[in-house]
Amino acid sequence: MMKRAGWRCREHWAASYNLACSPTYHFRLASFSLPSSLLHWSKPPPSRTWTVVMTYQQDYLSPCLYPLSALSDIISTVEFNHTGELLATGDKGGRVVIFQREQESKNQVHRRGEYNVYSTFQSHEPEFDYLKSLEIEEKINKIRWLPQQNAAYFLLSTNDKTVKLWKVSERDKRPEGYNLKDEEGRLRDPATITTLRVPVLRPMDLMVEATPRRVFANAHTYHINSISVNSDYETYMSADDLRINLWNFEITNQSFNIVDIKPANMEELTEVITAAEFHPHHCNTFVYSSSKGTIRLCDMRASALCDRHTKFFEEPEDPSNRSFFSEIISSISDVKFSHSGRCIMTRDYLTVKVWDLNMENRPVETYQVHDYLRSKLCSLYENDCIFDKFECVWNGSDSVIMTGSYNNFFRMFDRNTKRDVTLEASRENSKPRAILKPRKVCVGGKRRKDEISVDSLDFSKKILHTAWHPSENIIAVAATNNLYIFQDKVN
Amino acid sequence: MAGVAGPATGSGAAGGDGDDSLYPIAVLIDELRNEDVQLRLNSIKKLSTIALALGVERTRTELLPFLTDTIYDEDEVLLALAEQLGNFTGLVGGPDFAHCLLPPLESLATVEETVVRDKAVESLRQISQEHTPVALEAHFVPLVKRLASGDWFTSRTSACGLFSVCYPRASIAVKGEIRQYFRSLCSDDTPMVRRAAASKLGEFAKVLELDSVKSEIVPLFTNLASDEQDSVRLLAVEACVSIAQLLSQDDIEALVMPTLRQAAEDKSWRVRYMVADKFSELQKAVGPKITLNDLIPAFQNLLKDCEAEVRAAAAHKVKELCENLPMEGRETMIMNQILPYIKELVSDTNQHVKSALASVIMGLSTILGKENTIEHLLPLFLAQLKDECPEVRLNIISNLDCVNEVIGIRQLSQSLLPAIVELAEDAKWRVRLAIIEYMPLLAGQLGVEFFDEKLNSLCMAWLVDHVYAIREAATNNLMKLVQKFGTEWAQNTIVPKVLVMANDPNYLHRMTTLFCINALSEACGQEITTKQMLPIVLKMAGDQVANVRFNVAKSLQKIGPILDTDALQEEVKPVLQKLGQDEDMDVKYFAQEAISAVAQRLRKLDFPVKDSEEPSAPGADKNHFLRPRGPGEDTGKVLPLISRHKETEWLEWLPRRQQRQPSLGVQVQPRDQHISCT
Repeated sequence: MMKRAGWRCREHWAASYNLACSPTYHFRLASFSLPSSLLHWSKPPPSRTWTVVMTYQQDYLSPCLYPLSALSDIISTVEFNHTGELLATGDKGGRVVIFQREQESKNQVHRRGEYNVYSTFQSHEPEFDYLKSLEIEEKINKIRWLPQQNAAYFLLSTNDKTVKLWKVSERDKRPEGYNLKDEEGRLRDPATITTLRVPVLRPMDLMVEATPRRVFANAHTYHINSISVNSDYETYMSADDLRINLWNFEITNQSFNIVDIKPANMEELTEVITAAEFHPHHCNTFVYSSSKGTIRLCDMRASALCDRHTKFFEEPEDPSNRSFFSEIISSISDVKFSHSGRCIMTRDYLTVKVWDLNMENRPVETYQVHDYLRSKLCSLYENDCIFDKFECVWNGSDSVIMTGSYNNFFRMFDRNTKRDVTLEASRENSKPRAILKPRKVCVGGKRRKDEISVDSLDFSKKILHTAWHPSENIIAVAATNNLYIFQDKVN
Repeated sequence: MAGVAGPATGSGAAGGDGDDSLYPIAVLIDELRNEDVQLRLNSIKKLSTIALALGVERTRTELLPFLTDTIYDEDEVLLALAEQLGNFTGLVGGPDFAHCLLPPLESLATVEETVVRDKAVESLRQISQEHTPVALEAHFVPLVKRLASGDWFTSRTSACGLFSVCYPRASIAVKGEIRQYFRSLCSDDTPMVRRAAASKLGEFAKVLELDSVKSEIVPLFTNLASDEQDSVRLLAVEACVSIAQLLSQDDIEALVMPTLRQAAEDKSWRVRYMVADKFSELQKAVGPKITLNDLIPAFQNLLKDCEAEVRAAAAHKVKELCENLPMEGRETMIMNQILPYIKELVSDTNQHVKSALASVIMGLSTILGKENTIEHLLPLFLAQLKDECPEVRLNIISNLDCVNEVIGIRQLSQSLLPAIVELAEDAKWRVRLAIIEYMPLLAGQLGVEFFDEKLNSLCMAWLVDHVYAIREAATNNLMKLVQKFGTEWAQNTIVPKVLVMANDPNYLHRMTTLFCINALSEACGQEITTKQMLPIVLKMAGDQVANVRFNVAKSLQKIGPILDTDALQEEVKPVLQKLGQDEDMDVKYFAQEAISAVAQRLRKLDFPVKDSEEPSAPGADKNHFLRPRGPGEDTGKVLPLISRHKETEWLEWLPRRQQRQPSLGVQVQPRDQHISCT
């Protein structure tokens, strides 16, 4: 109990710490014109099939780098839209940046995976809750795209308290011609107006506008950690530490609380909600994970309040591994349904687990992300890294899993071949068109060439957020304030 | 392009008038793209004026193309545009050119905002009626097809609402196509479109030939009712009502009932909720025989559903269901088949279920008659009156009149009283407010004696409640009671108690006396007002709290019309003049307001000729004194003053000096208005 209480406190401390050390807020906007010329793709067009890609040999990934300059512009979420044509990032400064994939053309086929900045806008501003004397960070916790419904794109972005629905649309015409003004904008004498002029629309340079369509506020007492769009295209849910609310996209003044795990007495609090997601096809099913390492699956058909779960996924603890840290490292930081909807993947501090929806007592697959850290948990506890929330993603066909680690390393696991690879996203070794080399961390005393010792890992460089293109082998990796986009390289 | 607008093409409508009339139109056109949304909205709302000035041809060739591309605007502007275009046929040259309106509406029908889309569809439906059959097939049907096969689901959802208007007037070949398009939308990939199709299924069925209904609509309905998404299935329940209305009893049994039975037992509570919610409509649509065989058992299940939302929805429908049962055997059926379930709901675990039941259960007494009510329903009422949830008790009390008609209220009064007292003293002020609202009703039902004996003290206690809203409601309540029980009653029971409060040490209570006098004076009439109330008001003019003093001025203004000339001249005027010299600027202001009102009144009384003109005005009273202004009539003027009330209420704990601060800003406003009024 004591430990749990300490855990919550730490999290709040971390939040206020982050806020205090964001002095770059003022020049953030200035730093934001992204030089798309930095993108260079050297290799000829890729036309490889999936299987080849997943051998993870060093030549198959080539990077491109988007430096988002200022140090505190830490990217806090990355998300492809449903077609993969757009990629959105959110950062600690409350900004959303949308990248658009370069259109394919005959003479520039090699630029297949290139993404250019499409639109940037300030989604959230820092706020202060005067009633509770709480600062509300502008940091974007999550971005979720809506299925496309007309020519415009829609996305949800959320900070700790408020979810916003944004419309991103294009405009390429503007009206011209006034009655009371002439072409130079000078006012005309009303007496000279002898005819009426109807404005006409003239083509202009493409303009991308982001407009806030809805603001869903005042429904969360705790910090929102997840948002998820339902497959009925009509509702979404938002989850905070203790509650999950269900919203209709059209209604902002009302939401339904579907899960509430807040005990009557807060002293009895033993677990919090860490992530939640809707089933990709069944509009009535969702899962949420907890800090105790369990996952609950709820069916909204059964009753209006889903406090009682339908399925409960939990792996019995191995008593031999039990330690002071076992409860902390079993906390689930992310949960994702596979695209097929048949599996769920969870990420805890050291592993990624895949669960079959029909098997509740243990995961079908467990992948070690950085098991070499098991001996270093004590120092990771001391520097707070043990509370880092790593996310995990599926590839388009659910056959590969990707998740992040420290030292700008990220890991991929091929579920079919059981092979895995560690790659590094860093500016030093990823000049445009460079090819990523697999990395190895050595545990013992003998360090071979190209290996990195556990002790020399940089724990301040962590990859928490990654995204995988919904159908192709293009990945986006956020390493602090850098966004890397890699694609499989095919000759 | 801009050259088109040159002088040569200016049509007759615009050219005939001089420059003077063009200028306002020119402003309107320019403001169509003003930066201020309000101005744009304003311009769009006057689109018909613009179109009229441009003439039909320029409207068609210039204005509409411009509007078609203006779909970037704010929702409210688009909504206004969609609405305007529905009535635009005359302005584009009549039915022959109605199709010119389709392009702008088509683009509006694809925007993401549902209200705009719906309005565009509504306008399209309106315009479709103005198309000739030929034009309908040449222009409107292709539009529907385009929308129905659009890439984005917004356009496909909009299409769903258009089939039923073009179908009846289309040729047989086109009819087949329309049905085909509708079929494909019913099995669209996106649930949004399937939902739109499901919600328009009933409407479309109504315009179809009966054979097609059976052969095409029913299968679609069955499919939608077993859709994988419960958000689609629940809409099929609604369609069920319209389809059942079209079919014979045998067909209903064979084609609709299997689906309906399945819906009533659906795995998803939302679908069952929908069945409960639409129960009365379903009952009427399927007729009495099927109701007895199928719906009653289904209803029983819904009343004991495991989901509280479903039980609450079903409980809401209990009365309507019973009312709609065939007269023959109704009583027995309710007693045997419904009542046992109701009895269980009275002690339900969920308060929403209980309060839903409480809001309709009293209505059963008229259906069941006196004896059954006393024997079976009364215990339920009494149990609900003792319920722990205030909402349940309130719902019972608010419907007392139904029972009163059947068994008289005496039966209930013994239980009623403790319930009322408890609600009257509830810790939540909204509950107290709710019970005050029912006091006049209760007073009417219970009679003056019972009221004096039991409830009068409650009504007086509310006058000194610590929440302003309660005191305000209590004041209005007194007025209604006096209207009910008469002036004599008021003089004996209410007025003395109210007047005593004028000496209360709390200035808020002293002000309550003034508010009560404002409310009661009219109902009590001239004599009581002059003899009993006026002296107290005048005495309070010397109060040490300025808030009380300026309320005295307001009260005097308010009761002035009820008083006779002598009282006004000799008693009111001197006091007001004294207040007009008050050191507090608020008091001075309100005293001056009152003086001018009183002076006006005195003038009118001096010249009875003017007075005789008054009665010709509608609503004027036949009383000898002028009718005092009702609260609604002078809202505009009093509004800042009301806010002043509220402000002082909020700050009641502040010492007087500080209270003055917020009023300073407000003061300017009433004075300006005062000047502009005179």
